[in-house]
Amino acid sequence: MALLETHGLTAFYRDFQALFGVDVTLDAGETLAIVGANGAGKSTLMRSISGVLINGARQILFEGRPIGALAAPQVMALGIAMVPEGRKLFPSLSVEENLLIGRYGRATKGAWSLETVYRLFPILKERRNNPGTALSGGQQQMVAIGRALMSNPRVLLCDELSLGLAPVVIRDIYAAFPAIRESGASIVVVEQDIGQAMKIADRLYCMMEGRVTLSGRPSELNRAAIHAAYFGADS
Amino acid sequence: MNWADTILQGVLLGGLYALFAAGLSLVFGIMRLVNLAHGDLIVLAAYLILVLVDTLNLNPFIALVIAMPIMFGVGWLLQTYVLNRTLGPDILPPLLVTFGLSVVLQNGLLQVYSADSRRIPSGYLDTASISIGSLHVGVMPLLTFFSAVAVILILNRLLYATELGRAFRATSDDAVTAGLMGIQPNRTFAIATGIAMAIVAVAALYLGTRSNFDPTIGPARLIYAFEAVIMGGLGSLWGTLVGGIILGMAQTIGGAINPEWQILAGHIAFVLVLLFRPRGFFPRAVD
Repeated sequence: MALLETHGLTAFYRDFQALFGVDVTLDAGETLAIVGANGAGKSTLMRSISGVLINGARQILFEGRPIGALAAPQVMALGIAMVPEGRKLFPSLSVEENLLIGRYGRATKGAWSLETVYRLFPILKERRNNPGTALSGGQQQMVAIGRALMSNPRVLLCDELSLGLAPVVIRDIYAAFPAIRESGASIVVVEQDIGQAMKIADRLYCMMEGRVTLSGRPSELNRAAIHAAYFGADS
Repeated sequence: MNWADTILQGVLLGGLYALFAAGLSLVFGIMRLVNLAHGDLIVLAAYLILVLVDTLNLNPFIALVIAMPIMFGVGWLLQTYVLNRTLGPDILPPLLVTFGLSVVLQNGLLQVYSADSRRIPSGYLDTASISIGSLHVGVMPLLTFFSAVAVILILNRLLYATELGRAFRATSDDAVTAGLMGIQPNRTFAIATGIAMAIVAVAALYLGTRSNFDPTIGPARLIYAFEAVIMGGLGSLWGTLVGGIILGMAQTIGGAINPEWQILAGHIAFVLVLLFRPRGFFPRAVD
């Protein structure tokens, strides 16, 4: 049984339909990458899984249990943590408080604690008392990842980690992923950078206009096929 | 006019206004909700304490200990079943609903307790005073002031040194992302309003023991509370104390010059502060 799966997932913003029957599966210990252009529905998929958007109950299953209709706090308590697009640190909270709030709804003991998050991102320890928003973009992204890890999630959802960051900073951030995988978390990353996605993922889904257009292992997919699935067959 | 005495009385009166305002400031800071029934809820709590004192023959401070959890419950229920439904991108619904609540509370209290003005008896404390040099200071005004300082100290500690306080601030920053952390904004809001109402009970004790009250005086207390919050700077609790003190001093000094000027002097001080420091004295850096 897959750890997390979506079945014919549909999602709407009022009258606008953003997802048209998306099927994605994540096995335990796996890292998935979801790629696609702007507006393909990647973030909507993340928001649906994390409970920010409410869907049909059976459209999303976690260990076989329907969670599509659960709200974000309940999904989070089950062990699905999200690093939201744009990082979304709390400006009134210090770096350390931003990390601590990550375990508010799920204080499960495990690999991750303040200490181990600081070991993963040592720069955060130096800046622990700064307001979260006083940090550079890359450091803020580290706080956002650390915040999600603090709940010792079974599934870590990462939405557009590289948005607005310099390539060298993106490399630093992805350098943390082997340690996160080793801790036992299964990972879903949404990424616009196909090269980066193919490097870290066990499997890759390509989305366009609210549908999955291609999926498979990076070794089985060639760039041309991804390109077609990413931009549409004619381009 | 004895300046030292006037200023001291003004500062102590400011403590009362800070108590009126602390709950308002807390609720506004966390959920951007302006509760127009805040003053009437203070009056409601004053009647609650009065009833406890009258029927059970309690010391008013013991009655307060009973009234605080009751008022916490009132705030929790009010937020859960009424105010949470009004919160959203539009600021008008909570204003209309709390305005309506204000009217309902005033008229409900009038029905039950009539328009007669009442006072909570506090025994010998009514007239007790201590001497500081040449000044005589009432024990009740002193207690009021130190209660205000204690309330603000405790609130600050709650906000900045507890997990619940972190959740309050995170929800205030961004309720959607707070949900991703496992925080249920509606539940957090209910606790915040509960705490605000427990503080309202403290304010009600001093309102009711220091002067007469009747069902219609709520809105004027709301104005004082507002002025204290705005002068102090939105979101800062110590600022609220400072705002209360400025208001109290302005009123006492105005009253010492001419008793007719007491209320007006407070409002003039408020307008002057708005004119020169439109964001108040300690505005929150992030807003």
